[in-house]
Amino acid sequence: MIALENVTKRYGSQTVVDDVSISLGEEGVTALIGPNGAGKSTLFGLVGRLLKPDGGRVTVDGMDVATTASSTLATTLAVLRQDNHVAARLTVRDLVEFGRFPHSRGRLTVEDRDHIERAISYLDLDAYRGRFLDELSGGQRQRAFIAMVLAQDTKYVLLDEPLNNLDLRHMAEIMRLIRRMADELGKRIVVVLHDINVAARYADRIVAMRDGVVVADAPAREIMRPEVLGAVYDTPVDVREIDGKPVALYYG
Amino acid sequence: MTTLDRTSTSTLPHLRPRRSWVGVLVGVLLVVLALTSLFVGVSDVSPASVLTGGPDSDAAFLLVASRIPRTLAVILVGASLGIAGLIMQMLVRNKFVEPSTTGVTEFASLGMLTTMVFFPGLAVVGKMGVAAAFGLVGTWVFLRVVRFVPVRQLVLVPLVGIMLGGVVGAVTTFFAYRLDLLQSLGQWSQGSFATIMQGRYEFLWIAGAMVVVAWIAADRFSVIGLGEEFATNLGLDYRRVVAVGMLVIAVITAAVLVTAGMIPFLGLVVPNVVSLIIGDNVRRAIPWVAGTGAVFVLACDLIARVVRMPYEIPLSVIVGVVGAVLFLWLLLRRGSRAH
Repeated sequence: MIALENVTKRYGSQTVVDDVSISLGEEGVTALIGPNGAGKSTLFGLVGRLLKPDGGRVTVDGMDVATTASSTLATTLAVLRQDNHVAARLTVRDLVEFGRFPHSRGRLTVEDRDHIERAISYLDLDAYRGRFLDELSGGQRQRAFIAMVLAQDTKYVLLDEPLNNLDLRHMAEIMRLIRRMADELGKRIVVVLHDINVAARYADRIVAMRDGVVVADAPAREIMRPEVLGAVYDTPVDVREIDGKPVALYYG
Repeated sequence: MTTLDRTSTSTLPHLRPRRSWVGVLVGVLLVVLALTSLFVGVSDVSPASVLTGGPDSDAAFLLVASRIPRTLAVILVGASLGIAGLIMQMLVRNKFVEPSTTGVTEFASLGMLTTMVFFPGLAVVGKMGVAAAFGLVGTWVFLRVVRFVPVRQLVLVPLVGIMLGGVVGAVTTFFAYRLDLLQSLGQWSQGSFATIMQGRYEFLWIAGAMVVVAWIAADRFSVIGLGEEFATNLGLDYRRVVAVGMLVIAVITAAVLVTAGMIPFLGLVVPNVVSLIIGDNVRRAIPWVAGTGAVFVLACDLIARVVRMPYEIPLSVIVGVVGAVLFLWLLLRRGSRAH
């Protein structure tokens, strides 16, 4: 369980995460939604020890993020940030190999190789293993990054906007994959999403943030209501049922 | 070299032959050029003259006192400067940086000038220590400054470095001018192996040791090259690895500066050429960068010795010309590729 207790983060006079207490990672897939600047990425940064909180405490399976060795946490929690810009010319296989670093410290064992091969196959990247990242399409590159965190073999996986810049087909592909990772491999995945319909379709639980505060936290179906979504995004959202599934219409 | 290149066996089949071919070529060139370097010079030293003359002959003496040290020095300089460039490119996440485009070399030579002014009697090892300390400060200053430049501003980063180097270089020149030390300054700023002899190159083994350090920490440098967030996610102490990298860069720069002088472009061109062929996985790239760097400097040093026989052209002139052409080619090539 990832537990946040009264976590606060400020940038200058602006409070981006304001006294948040929440526990994440009990469900298979948790979607984190909210308007731009709601504090979602900052929250991920705080959980992933990339940022230091100004107040409060974050624990992962009882380990305090601030005091536990970074290398220990890396075997329990993996965080993939958005906009991963890798300047180095690395192959898909290189990248996935680095995912094993917390376990191997650079010396790959047979078990490490096994994990690497499985991650590559799971993401359907066998044909691209020798390709350099800059020779891949956006969807393939995103899959390579996910293969890396999969090889890291952690219980918790945090993905920050993994659908950024992907077309419809690749969006659906990545979301199906996230669902499978939760159902088949028992991963606990927290994912930041912008499309609430995608969140409703694939997530077990939706956490909505606004102005640094958690404003809604419930099973997907309960979040998909006009008054809840309207309040989160500060814009009128209509919700209709299509084939028994709630669909939000926000195009005006 | 082929045994170290283990990862290439799992890559696309059509890339495999090309990579191992280049590996073999680099290895053969290294041996051939090193042997040639032993037997090229004004005095007649040939395998035959050494063998017939025996261990007490002039030829054997020259071989041991001058030719072998020179060849070793050239190999060590080429290998270690290539590695310094590679590590720097990983730390900064930019392919266009190396010690001489980031002010590190200029800081190190300011350190040299400082020792000449304040501690003129200092032993060479002391000079190197001070130069390394200044180089370390230079690396730190550069890393601080480029933190304010977005990573994706590929060209701005080296531009900032060159300006930084320009400022520090100007300060150094000013003091050297005022203190009448311009001539000594000119000596280091023109890299050359002409004065390398037994007893005058051994500090380069320290640079060689840094290559070993870089090789041991290779995977860590690769991960650092992915950025701070990736490194932290993988449980790596980002700051510590950066500190080790800075030390490697500063010590190599200083060791090369006190023995051979400034050699531009090398740290830039060699890792970039290697990157095109096998990519940037540091563990895989290190033997290639070291080998290619050594071949590059060996070839340039031979040209410098042969072109105006019996005189020598400063090595930095040859490296500058060849390096600049290669660099231009890399830039234009890169521009044609999709980012």
